[in-house]
Amino acid sequence: MSFISYLINGISLGSVYAIIALGYTMVYGIAKMLNFAHGDVIMVGAFTIFYAVSMQGLPPLLGILLAVVLCTVLGIAIEYVAYRPLRQAASSLAVLITAIGVSYLLQNLALLIFGANTKAFTSVVTIPAVKLADGQVTISGETIVTIICCIVIMIGLTVFINKTKAGQAMLAVSEDKGAAQLMGINVNATISLTFAIGSALAAIAGMLLCSAYPSLTPYTGSMPGIKAFVAAVFGGIGSIPGALIGGIALGIIEILGKAYISSQMADAIVFLVLIIVLLVKPTGILGKKIQEKV
Amino acid sequence: MKTDKIKLNKNFRENILTYGIVILAYIVIQIMIGTGNISSLMQGLLVPLCTYVILAVSLNLTVGILGELSLGHAGFMCVGAFAGAFFSKCMKDVITVGLLRFILAILIGGICAALIGFLIGMPVLRLKGDYLAIVTLAFGEIIKNVVNVLYIGKDSKGIHFSMKDSLSLGLEEEGEVIINGAQGITGTPKDSTFTIGIILILLTLFIVLNLINSRDGRAIMSIRDNLIAAESIGINVTKYKLMAFSVSAALAGVAGVLYSHNLNSLMATPKNFGYNMSIMILVFVVLGGIGNIRGSMIAAVVLTLLPELLRGLNNYRMLIYAIVLIIMMLFNWSPKLIELRKRFSPKRLLKKTREVQ
Amino acid sequence: MAVLLEIKNLGISFGGLRAVDDFELSVKKGQLYGLIGPNGAGKTTVFNLLTGVYKPSEGIITLDGVNITGLKTIEINKAGIARTFQNIRLFKDLTVLDNVKAGLHNHYKYSTIEGILRLPKYFKTEAAMNERAMELLKVFELDGEASYLAANLPYGKQRKLEIARALATGPKILLLDEPAAGMNPNETIELMNTIRFVRDNFDMTILLIEHDMKLVSGICEELTVLNFGRILAQGKTGDVLSDPQVITAYLGE
Repeated sequence: MSFISYLINGISLGSVYAIIALGYTMVYGIAKMLNFAHGDVIMVGAFTIFYAVSMQGLPPLLGILLAVVLCTVLGIAIEYVAYRPLRQAASSLAVLITAIGVSYLLQNLALLIFGANTKAFTSVVTIPAVKLADGQVTISGETIVTIICCIVIMIGLTVFINKTKAGQAMLAVSEDKGAAQLMGINVNATISLTFAIGSALAAIAGMLLCSAYPSLTPYTGSMPGIKAFVAAVFGGIGSIPGALIGGIALGIIEILGKAYISSQMADAIVFLVLIIVLLVKPTGILGKKIQEKV
Repeated sequence: MKTDKIKLNKNFRENILTYGIVILAYIVIQIMIGTGNISSLMQGLLVPLCTYVILAVSLNLTVGILGELSLGHAGFMCVGAFAGAFFSKCMKDVITVGLLRFILAILIGGICAALIGFLIGMPVLRLKGDYLAIVTLAFGEIIKNVVNVLYIGKDSKGIHFSMKDSLSLGLEEEGEVIINGAQGITGTPKDSTFTIGIILILLTLFIVLNLINSRDGRAIMSIRDNLIAAESIGINVTKYKLMAFSVSAALAGVAGVLYSHNLNSLMATPKNFGYNMSIMILVFVVLGGIGNIRGSMIAAVVLTLLPELLRGLNNYRMLIYAIVLIIMMLFNWSPKLIELRKRFSPKRLLKKTREVQ
Repeated sequence: MAVLLEIKNLGISFGGLRAVDDFELSVKKGQLYGLIGPNGAGKTTVFNLLTGVYKPSEGIITLDGVNITGLKTIEINKAGIARTFQNIRLFKDLTVLDNVKAGLHNHYKYSTIEGILRLPKYFKTEAAMNERAMELLKVFELDGEASYLAANLPYGKQRKLEIARALATGPKILLLDEPAAGMNPNETIELMNTIRFVRDNFDMTILLIEHDMKLVSGICEELTVLNFGRILAQGKTGDVLSDPQVITAYLGE
């Protein structure tokens, strides 16, 4: 029975990774950049909720809304100030390093405002845990909310991209910026929108992550950010279903690895699986094969 | 043939300037130490500075010269650091001449890192761009993780090895645990000095600069510029990718040995050998100019000193560091700002005034 | 004259698309041979098959009596085929001289250690390489720009540099993929002279893809016309160009 518990925990953690990975994958698909600051937007979201709910006593829903709004604005602002000027830069490494700079900036801002010591995040989930199989398997409220959130977001995003004009514009820009511009698509606005959505999702991910693992520091978002990035690559970066598959797979591998192999080696196992997947399928599970034309 | 001689001379002059800067910095700092004009804090920073310079120069070989993005450089440093420290601690009583032992440790650290670099490079170097970046990051993290569960001990029967805990090594009573899992290695002889650090920098520069300006370097750069064309003229792409990657790893290993012999206790933490460190080295390389060896050297020094110089600002220093980094990147790389800078560059203004006259 | 390059029954499919089908060709030593055809006919694919960029689904390629079918690009170059590309592929951040020296890579050797330690062999070999590279650059009138970065050369000179680099590898046959693309009529005439010069002075065999009919009829001795991946006509340049089928394929009905 414990296996089933682990599996459910894995799916739950994987759902959080999937939501974060969506942000990575969308931004990568459209701006062709690794947004290293994405993980730190998660942390900003979590701190906003912590500040609003735990420190100011606002209702949790309001806190979440506040975090989503703040992160959305933050995402747009980061893109506008730090990434947009470098979009045509001679090397794609330039924007990568700037993203690292933004990551340092967010971490150190949080450090200044909230200090270095770990904060105990109070879960914003009020749904009771569910007991299955005569109480042998317990599914926490956080797990249920996380999985539901992930499903809703996936469906919502897929519908948005396939059925709305803005979503189609995103697809067009990710295929070919120049051609999209010639077709009358506002490329800048579309990229801003992508960052907005990705960052809003990061806020939600921050809420879910810290509800399940309630310790909050300025560096909270960093490792989940990297792992979600791994998940995005694993599933095939640029692909939305890929982010889901990669996220869930990663979450399960991590939890099972921790439980059955070694808790210290769990991260190493996750990374090892990624390496093996990429060596077999160099662009991830659902990634498109790119071949240079000679 | 004339243009050709000019080119060779230019390369030669550039290289001499690079070596000259290092030697000059060494002399100035030695004078400062001699006259007591340097704080103990700064003195403690000298060996780490040398470490970072070597790391930056060696990563530039992969990123700037080979043109592949690696985010696992700290992993190779980790291999070198532990291999070197392990050797030194084992041989502490056998080889009593500190310098000889240290030279051997440097060789061993470099060779181990090169070996790991070669083994990792073989399967992964066929991946491209960001995929290669993430796989190297993954390998770096795996190395750090593995070192953290590594237990190696020594007794009269020889070397014992475990990945569980120090008890399962089954050592005799007088046996000694050398690598103790997450606690790492304690009691590495403190063999690193600033002078040795500078010598290692010069050696690194010698290897990297001479490699670049040779037949092999040309092959490596041709792969960077156009892989398909390089293949079409008969250049063995796999061989040269591996060569650049392994040499880069070896030098990172040397930096690791220097680093570990400056510390009493060596542990593999996310801070010193994690992806954050790899990223920091990459920042040196990009800020100093991709492929610009001297630039990455200077960037490593400036960016390491910056937080220390800002120490008076306490909590604000890392914030300022981040802002400076972002602004410098925008200033150096934004096409619009580059255009603006050209328009107002002193050279151009000078030319303009001349034209007016 | 002896046959240098012999292609029999060459074919490749991409998915369901038959890009090249039952392609046959034999080029004699010292010949200037043209491969023409409308866009998308499969000309460049033939070059890619010849140079190992693609592996043929079927067929046999022999160069100077040696079967080179299915070899890797590097091995094929060592066997004696060098090429240029339709979309120029120079080593942009290397100097013009270094581009050619990269081409000399497999003919002038010293070890990595000799290079790093700057042993005498390094200086000797580099000097020999410089001399040979400058000779080649002179042929293409690029010696004055030897120290420029390849990226800074004007378009026409970039195309010439690519030929010089290919020649540096010491091939038996040179494949030129649209060498005159993007050149004005004067540059094209100059290029025609250069190609002839290379053939005569280097005893080179040249197979070229070209759309410029003036160049094709001016220098090619024999032609093969490809259409939809198949051979439409083959033979002496004059005969092929007056073939009604060829005229139809080019001009439409």
